[in-house]
Amino acid sequence: MKKQYAFYIDTSRCSGCKTCQVACKDKNNLDIGVLWRRVYEVSRGSWTQQNGVWKNNIKAYNVSLSCNHCEKPVCVEVCPTGAMKKNKNGIVTIDAKKCIGCNYCAWACPYGAPQYDEAKGVMTKCDFCEDYLEDGKNPSCVDSCPMRVIDFGDLKELKKKYGGAEQLYPLPKAHHTKPAILIKPHKDAVDSGDSLAQILNEEEV
Amino acid sequence: MTKHSKEEKIPFGLDRREFIKWTSALGLSAGAFGTMPHVMSLVDKKTRPYVVADKVIRAGCPAHNCGGRCVLKLYVKDEKLVRIETDDRPKDTIADPQLRACIRGRAYMRRQYHPDRLKYPMIRTGKRGEGKFRRASWEEALDKVASEIERIKNQYGNQALYVPYGTGSYNQLNGRQTAARLFNLIGGSLDFYNSYSWAAISKATPYVFGTSVTGNQRQDWVNSKYILMWSWNPSEMRDGTNSEYFLKKAKENGAKIVCIDPRMSLSAVSLADEWIPIRPGTDVAMMSAMAYVMITEGLYDKDFVDRYCVGFDRTQMPEGVEEAESYKDFILGKKDGQPKTPEWAEQITTIPKETIIRLASEYATTKPAMLYQGYGMQRRAYGETAVIGGCVLAAMTGNIGISGGCASGMALQADDGGPFWNVFPTGSNPVKARIPTFLWTEAVLRGKEMTAEEGVTGVDKLESNIKLIYGVATNALINQHANVNRTAKILEDESKVEFIVIHDQFMTPTAKFADVVLPVCTQMEMWGLEDGWKYGDEVILMPQVLEKPYETKSDYQICAEVAERFGVKEEYTQNRSEKEWIEWALDIYRDTRFPEVPSLEKFRKGNKGVYVKMITNPKIAFDGFRRNPDKNKLNTPSGKIEIFSKRLYDMHDPKYIPPVPKYIEEWESPFGKEAKKFPFQVIGHHYMARVHSTHDNNDYTNEAFPQRVFINELDAKEKNLESGDMVKVYNDRGTIVMPCRVTNKILPGVVDLPQGAWWTPDENGIDRRGNVNVLTSHKWTPLALGNAQHTIMANIEKAEEA
Repeated sequence: MKKQYAFYIDTSRCSGCKTCQVACKDKNNLDIGVLWRRVYEVSRGSWTQQNGVWKNNIKAYNVSLSCNHCEKPVCVEVCPTGAMKKNKNGIVTIDAKKCIGCNYCAWACPYGAPQYDEAKGVMTKCDFCEDYLEDGKNPSCVDSCPMRVIDFGDLKELKKKYGGAEQLYPLPKAHHTKPAILIKPHKDAVDSGDSLAQILNEEEV
Repeated sequence: MTKHSKEEKIPFGLDRREFIKWTSALGLSAGAFGTMPHVMSLVDKKTRPYVVADKVIRAGCPAHNCGGRCVLKLYVKDEKLVRIETDDRPKDTIADPQLRACIRGRAYMRRQYHPDRLKYPMIRTGKRGEGKFRRASWEEALDKVASEIERIKNQYGNQALYVPYGTGSYNQLNGRQTAARLFNLIGGSLDFYNSYSWAAISKATPYVFGTSVTGNQRQDWVNSKYILMWSWNPSEMRDGTNSEYFLKKAKENGAKIVCIDPRMSLSAVSLADEWIPIRPGTDVAMMSAMAYVMITEGLYDKDFVDRYCVGFDRTQMPEGVEEAESYKDFILGKKDGQPKTPEWAEQITTIPKETIIRLASEYATTKPAMLYQGYGMQRRAYGETAVIGGCVLAAMTGNIGISGGCASGMALQADDGGPFWNVFPTGSNPVKARIPTFLWTEAVLRGKEMTAEEGVTGVDKLESNIKLIYGVATNALINQHANVNRTAKILEDESKVEFIVIHDQFMTPTAKFADVVLPVCTQMEMWGLEDGWKYGDEVILMPQVLEKPYETKSDYQICAEVAERFGVKEEYTQNRSEKEWIEWALDIYRDTRFPEVPSLEKFRKGNKGVYVKMITNPKIAFDGFRRNPDKNKLNTPSGKIEIFSKRLYDMHDPKYIPPVPKYIEEWESPFGKEAKKFPFQVIGHHYMARVHSTHDNNDYTNEAFPQRVFINELDAKEKNLESGDMVKVYNDRGTIVMPCRVTNKILPGVVDLPQGAWWTPDENGIDRRGNVNVLTSHKWTPLALGNAQHTIMANIEKAEEA
């Protein structure tokens, strides 16, 4: 059976504190503007006033997202130099020596995972802390979470352990790239492509 | 979802080119100290820098008065920090959970190696507050400090000296307490009481319970079945490391959580089944209406109230005030003709009446239930009565002295005295005069006129106005005190405060107003020790990990050198090095709360960073009182829970200090005439980007949480605003121009300007960064004489300039 590393995120208890994002940045020495892990602040709903009293139907939740190391990685398909590759363990990595920083992968990826690092002139993205995995350690984000809502493992094992969805707003439908991610939906979660939901923190992601 | 271009300017973005430019301006090579380890380890990622680190040290996260006390795992290579991880003890249990650091701790590298770190002593050259300084030697700077202390002490007396509120460092040997010890050895200084965090709640809670220790230990929270988070946001303020995690566990155990807050906080999103937006400052109206429902529907715990409380109804009024209005009569409107019905409350709170009825019923009938009050609601005009309102609901539902319940109020944890924070001995102050900390600007302007009426204790009258300020780890002179523009004017006048000294790591807005600025090392560059915050069940070691860079010293070292100039160095230091003081402090912990805590040597070698007293049997506040109220009386005049307080009644100020909790319209409110000009209520929540004002210059935390003023989408529409637009936020006290963020996660009519951003006035005095204290008032609360910095009205408009 082929191995496929995957992340699990319990969005029902994700506070959106971004400790995972910063733990990742610290481990990988990421410059400002490069976010291998990002947290999307989603909301939906509106306010109405009746007889001086405010009512609302606001729904809100957070989605922490890195690279989903897809089973059908479009970034690998479009890479003109072969720098982007899918490893035997399912992790998608970039060979910085081959990368020419053309941004094709960034345009192709529906999750915003590959990001151009200006200082280095190459594309960069989450490598699942492959070096930590080799040493028997957990990825940095997993062990950082104050709410303990991030887990990881082989996709099949994770499915057995948690079940869970692989798509919800703001993620696209999963069939496009078959992302190796499992999400426990928040009580307020809405479907991919919901026309009334919005990302409130666009400038932060 | 495509990655957007990053055109947004990060105000304090670091870049190597700029850094080199900066260091060369000072005649230093970038390699001397400042080379960013980030940049270095980027060179070859393949070498796996964490493996080649020569040291891995687990240490306490430098504590800056957040509510967390966490463990960092520090990777050091060539005497430089190269990576920060967190507590990785293999077991992570409820009794002894990992102390995982939050975003602020994980971003510490960017603070530690920030190019703006202060490096040398500096003496002011420009006008006070202008920010112009010259480099000075330690000798010159400290000679000047000592001679000014001496001069002012001789001229005005020791009451003219003041070591202000400062909470920027908690590790024993950095922090305000080091200066308190110094001044106590040279005749003393004007002292203060209260805090900017919880003045009203710490004053009000004992009127009901005779103590502020009203909370069960956190491990007990998982036994609750219904949790009302009232103005409580542990996820963002970190109200104790793991508090939010304990609440997650409570949910797993089947608790329902309801969050009452004008803003849908991170805690509300991740923990609450229901978010109830409330108009700021109207909490008591909501509480009163809940009480009304419980009374009229017979839902309250009559047996509990009869046996354990006084003043609920006419049958149990304290002696001598039998004819005064009981709580029940007030709620039913016997005297004022206004029953405190849900219909009445919904117009004040903007919470629909059916919601109020349902919440009252849920809270009264789901057992056991916790009403936990945060501190935002009490940093308001009449914060004290809101606190008491919560305590009364807890009493009416009988949730006191039981597992899974909570008495509400201050909720310090039932234990053997709780954490100490600092055991470093300040000694006793020969000056007995004290003022409420929030009134320090009054003591500058007219201290000699101040009496007990304005909170002076220890003496009848002050002998002098404040003439010298010696601030350590404080940004509360300018940035965190209310009404920045007023304070700046007061401090600019050198005839008032004649000399100001500031110890800090950065040139903060407060440091800019100093006459002498002294550069302090970070907590990673010295020995330290910390214990839990409000909930501490642990001792955390902070071994020195890095050398003190440039000419920085610890607060302790600096004060010792000032002490030397007064001939009291030995008394000050007791001939102990920093490390020896930490050994001494560990002994104190061992002799008191933690008999098993290891020696420093063993602690250090164990390299866990933390010693934990496991909590397997969490303590319950008031359990003895609950078992036998006659034997275990409370420390109140009646020995019982005082729903009606005769002590408050006897203050004869029923309009503002009512003997039972009452809703009082605030001095600035949407219902007042000021609302015509300034229609928006402003709140200033604790932001993830900072601990108060600390980390405001951290580019990682600012990238994650940029400083914005948050406005409801309906208000934004009316004002023609979109996210990212520059807006002008203003009232009669000042003006801010900054970007806004449109959101639907805040009540219409309320804007949120996260507190702590560094005041950055332009040439016209307009703050460009977004410091909420430009808008706040220095008016104090009636009972505690505490800060009411969340009671603000202001207006917001699109800024004309881009």
